[in-house]
Amino acid sequence: MAEVVLAGVSKSFGQTQAISDVDLTVPDGSFVVLLGPTGAGKTTTLRLIAGLEKADAGDISIGGRRVNRKTPAQRDVAMVFQQYSLYPHLSVRENLAFPLKSPVLRTPAADIARKVAEVAEVLHISHKLDNKSTELSGGEMQRVSIGRALVRDPAVYLMDEPLSSLDAKLRADLRIELKRIHAEMAATLLYVTHDQIEAMTMASHVGVLDHGRLVQFGTPREVYESPHTTYVAARLGQPRINLLPAGLFGEAAPPGAVQIGLRPEHVGIGDGKDAQIVRVEHLGDQTRLHLKFAGYDVVTLTDPHTSLESGQSIAIAPKNPLFFDADGLRIR
Amino acid sequence: MAQIVIKNLKKQFGDFTAVRESSFTIEDGEFFMLLGPSGCGKTTTLRMIAGLELPTSGEIYLDGEEISQKRPRERDIAFVFQMFALYPHMNVRKNISYPLVSQGMPRAKIREKVAEVARILGIEDILDRPVGGLSGGDRQRVALGRAIVREPKAFMMDEPLGALDAEFREQMAEELRALHDRMGATTVYVTHDQLEAMQMGDKIVVMNNAVVEQFGPPQEIYDKPATVFVADFIGSPPMNFLPFSGRLAAGADRVALNGASFAVPVLREGAQGDLLFGVRPEHIRLVDDGGYRAEVLATEYLGTTQIVTLRSHNGDLKARISSDQPVRTGETVGLSFNARTISLFEAATGRALRSELNEGVLGDG
Repeated sequence: MAEVVLAGVSKSFGQTQAISDVDLTVPDGSFVVLLGPTGAGKTTTLRLIAGLEKADAGDISIGGRRVNRKTPAQRDVAMVFQQYSLYPHLSVRENLAFPLKSPVLRTPAADIARKVAEVAEVLHISHKLDNKSTELSGGEMQRVSIGRALVRDPAVYLMDEPLSSLDAKLRADLRIELKRIHAEMAATLLYVTHDQIEAMTMASHVGVLDHGRLVQFGTPREVYESPHTTYVAARLGQPRINLLPAGLFGEAAPPGAVQIGLRPEHVGIGDGKDAQIVRVEHLGDQTRLHLKFAGYDVVTLTDPHTSLESGQSIAIAPKNPLFFDADGLRIR
Repeated sequence: MAQIVIKNLKKQFGDFTAVRESSFTIEDGEFFMLLGPSGCGKTTTLRMIAGLELPTSGEIYLDGEEISQKRPRERDIAFVFQMFALYPHMNVRKNISYPLVSQGMPRAKIREKVAEVARILGIEDILDRPVGGLSGGDRQRVALGRAIVREPKAFMMDEPLGALDAEFREQMAEELRALHDRMGATTVYVTHDQLEAMQMGDKIVVMNNAVVEQFGPPQEIYDKPATVFVADFIGSPPMNFLPFSGRLAAGADRVALNGASFAVPVLREGAQGDLLFGVRPEHIRLVDDGGYRAEVLATEYLGTTQIVTLRSHNGDLKARISSDQPVRTGETVGLSFNARTISLFEAATGRALRSELNEGVLGDG
């Protein structure tokens, strides 16, 4: 396994700047998740590392070796795509063995068998090895396609939204499984997604991309608790952070503060200024209150069995607020 | 506006039963959710209310009038489909006014009504635009506009947000619910998304395999599930089910799991054999001591909370606890459960045992 380093990497497609001057270090053995909406540059970053795209500027190195001019095969990366692409006429075993059968690798048959068995064990698909790949469920197919990456021993695994085509329950199972596989194999893994739950739950480090720029990089907790910008703050957390004009609560805002950011759990109920309850949403484990406060919409959380009803008013005040300047940058 | 009463409604397609004798009442002005996995019969139920399918047997009352055999246009119900079905060659205004034009309403009146609907939906500025170039959200608003302009007695919506991506869906869900709060029209809404149902609904019907499993307000269904199916379908992560076997008498208030004794709501009926101990993730606490031990398999950080996957003697379970509490993968912890919230089920039937917790809800079963 190996460290991946991007230094000043840029890439444009015609007029569109896909990636701008990205510096990113994926530490050896880490699980890095790049998070951003469609068009943020996540997939381009992955493809640049894989060698499927060529950078306009900057250096990419894998395991200390500069790979800018290397072909995808020479870079020693394994990629998993969003859509599982299995050979329909082959069995699961043959699909898993396929990458090892490349004439370049000259892997002995015994090694292939051992490796396939090992990976099938890790992915819990040993009992399906002799099935045709078309006889599998969606989740099993995606596990096989992940398995095809795992049989190799690449410097780094690159995964492009591998869970997005699966249903919610299966996604939840595979999130845990991927994390376990990562830990067991001590692999370096770079994973891109627009799903904040995947980023928060699996990553050792999250990188947030905004229009081709890497705007923050840190542990999920750092990024959630201490976002550098309003953009980052709004990417993580559900319901979203409330962004309101600074001083709205009469709070002491630092100089230059234009916005106050309050996560729903940071809207204190009981003291402060009056807000009207517009709607009460009982979600079971929590209840969301949709409030109107000084003309602004505010969402907060309360006890699941609250007796509060719409139409009532409650007093709210900020707890642990974040402040942002006119450019959306955090003021500390 | 209208109350809708469904009585013993049944639909058969040849040998296949799509909906088995279902009964429930949709009160005037309610936002009512039909929730279940695909193939459970929810869309067929909706289509029967709208008149797009005729029931095999049973009755549907709209404001006291039996309408089950009436044609759709005699029912005064508007249907909003999964895909935004707009007339591509017409502009926004023409799309919205179309239902009124075909009713033969005078032109001045139509103008007035379209203007009012456009104001409610906040689409006044796009009235003269062709529908082709509109964003997904605006298309959805126009489709809604066409439904509400008729002022029907009730709205039927079949996964209207199904095609939207997550972030936008959340926003449209809020918009739809706010629109409902302004207009107060009885709305029946089909979805397979439990969060959407909990978030938007005044009441929920949970369907599975053509059967109504439970019917009630969201919090009640969440806290007091009538069946294992409901408890598993609602909530994310869903309720944990720990299998155990034993003999419980009516009046019992403790059960034994692998030697450890846990308090439960007082049982109103006895049971024996294979049972399930049902506990929601947020009602599990991780403690240092405690006789009931489990190994931590994984932790998932979610901001204020974390999900901890545990392996106990009675199977795997997930707990939702504060992310401030340190938990390490591989360590062994004690578990305690919030006794008042526990549901017990018969493993074979999936039926919840009647107890102090759910007696008002399950009634006579």
